[in-house]
Amino acid sequence: MSERAEQTVVVSGAAQSQIGRRLMRGELELTLEACLAAIDDAGLSRDEIDGLASYPGKMGGPAGFSGPGTPTVQDSLRLQLNWHRAGPEGAAQYAPIIDAVAAVAAGYARHVLVYRTVTEASAQKGGRSGIGLDGGGGGVPRMDGELGQMLPFGAFSASNWVAWHCQRYMHEYRLSREQLAQISLNARRNAALNDQAIYRDALTLEDYLSARMISTPLCLLDCDVPADGATAFVISAADYASEMKQPVIRFEAVGSALHDRPSWFQRGDLTSMAATDAARHLWSRTSLKPQDVDVAQLYDGFSWLTVMWLEALGFCEKGGAGAFIEGGEKIARDGVLPLNTGGGQLSGGRLHGFGLLYEAVLQLRGQAGKRQVGSDPRVAIAAAGGGPLAGAVLLARQ
Amino acid sequence: MSAEPKHGGVNGQAPFRVLPKISDDDRPFWTGGERGQLLLPRCKNCNRWHSPPAPLCPHCLSKALAFVPLSGRGKVYSFTINVQAWNPTFEHPYVIAVIELEEQSDLRLVSNIYGCSPESVEIGMPVSVFFEAFEDVWLPLFRPLVEEGGSDE
Repeated sequence: MSERAEQTVVVSGAAQSQIGRRLMRGELELTLEACLAAIDDAGLSRDEIDGLASYPGKMGGPAGFSGPGTPTVQDSLRLQLNWHRAGPEGAAQYAPIIDAVAAVAAGYARHVLVYRTVTEASAQKGGRSGIGLDGGGGGVPRMDGELGQMLPFGAFSASNWVAWHCQRYMHEYRLSREQLAQISLNARRNAALNDQAIYRDALTLEDYLSARMISTPLCLLDCDVPADGATAFVISAADYASEMKQPVIRFEAVGSALHDRPSWFQRGDLTSMAATDAARHLWSRTSLKPQDVDVAQLYDGFSWLTVMWLEALGFCEKGGAGAFIEGGEKIARDGVLPLNTGGGQLSGGRLHGFGLLYEAVLQLRGQAGKRQVGSDPRVAIAAAGGGPLAGAVLLARQ
Repeated sequence: MSAEPKHGGVNGQAPFRVLPKISDDDRPFWTGGERGQLLLPRCKNCNRWHSPPAPLCPHCLSKALAFVPLSGRGKVYSFTINVQAWNPTFEHPYVIAVIELEEQSDLRLVSNIYGCSPESVEIGMPVSVFFEAFEDVWLPLFRPLVEEGGSDE
């Protein structure tokens, strides 16, 4: 068989805006800052961008969540597009990445700009809240779909939905809070070396165990931190590689599968998630194996989701994640699987999967500064999503 | 059967609950509680239930569906004790559980468990349904199953 579609596509540009808490800057300003930097990083001009994609596109919902829509970004930069898309459905936050890879491979576009912007920290400056609720009263719309089956019972937050999975896993397998804590502690150690990260102060196991509970078994330090910031990539046809000024990072495989029910509580086995399906799909599209991965950036909107991805991607056996992360040595920057090396979302800020992918690109380019993994990483994986949402990409330095 | 909401609130008030948007497909499910019935569609062709209600049987694609009362008994498949006060009209902490109904292993609902301390809830615990009305919606709530002559508080 000829090479996979993914392998004809490269990441030519990657950049971020200012990242922080409550920057009080506009979402479009942050977006354009990241987009223009990514186009420059790719050695391109905006006239050469002929594709545009984002997640989730402009939508209502939690304030600061969606960022600007693609029409706004297109018009702001006066882009002439052959292909464009955005939407909240699909392979989680990486749907626009995975779709852009396909669009480039199919020839719909040659250089696709992909961005994700959040301003949740500024939007939530009055306090963190669940979905559409701050004490009731009239005017709250009725919910349909799965939200209509969960919200009436006070399951307002994704922390509740994720907690069901973690609780069931702890019932069936061995996972202690001390083990789970290692995801958060590892992230904080890495964040200390990342000037863009939001929380950089030292964190101890005692801090974790004494943090207030949010939704059992998840405590505050199992939850990521709302942030403001934009991340952008340029995804290009591989024949552009010879003109690139940056090291060439090629797509090796993507995973977008969802085989079980698309639900936060109806999946047959709640000790697995859509991540399990997407991971299997990804490995079916490459000859590389989990042991070939040099650095992993796995979604940590909640610490439990990282554990889920570790198992789903085969870095440890089913039920073996607790033992794998115990003590944190294996997932440290000098461990067998350097994990969330920029501090992830738990300490770096909730850039909704795009910060993780950015970190993967930096590590493969050897541009991660003080936190650069020393083993000259050539293969990286980035994965985003939880529950019924999952998308993953495997990247390799050419 | 309870009708007036009395569980889960503070200061004797009912909690403010976001309500489901009722459709023709799921109206019997959300309103069956008025007659004390937990109703889900059962396929006359393959005899299997499904949830949430849909216009076709997702197992065999038959349209021959009928809402049939369930026993209202089930087990806790998983749960969480919510501590964070997302909504201050709820009494905290409270249990949000994924309930597996006894008729079929893949028949699950999300609900609350009242009538016991949150700390006493565990996976596998038998529970039974009761209903409380909020506007035109009869929400199925659960309490620990009491065999034979259990009280209704």
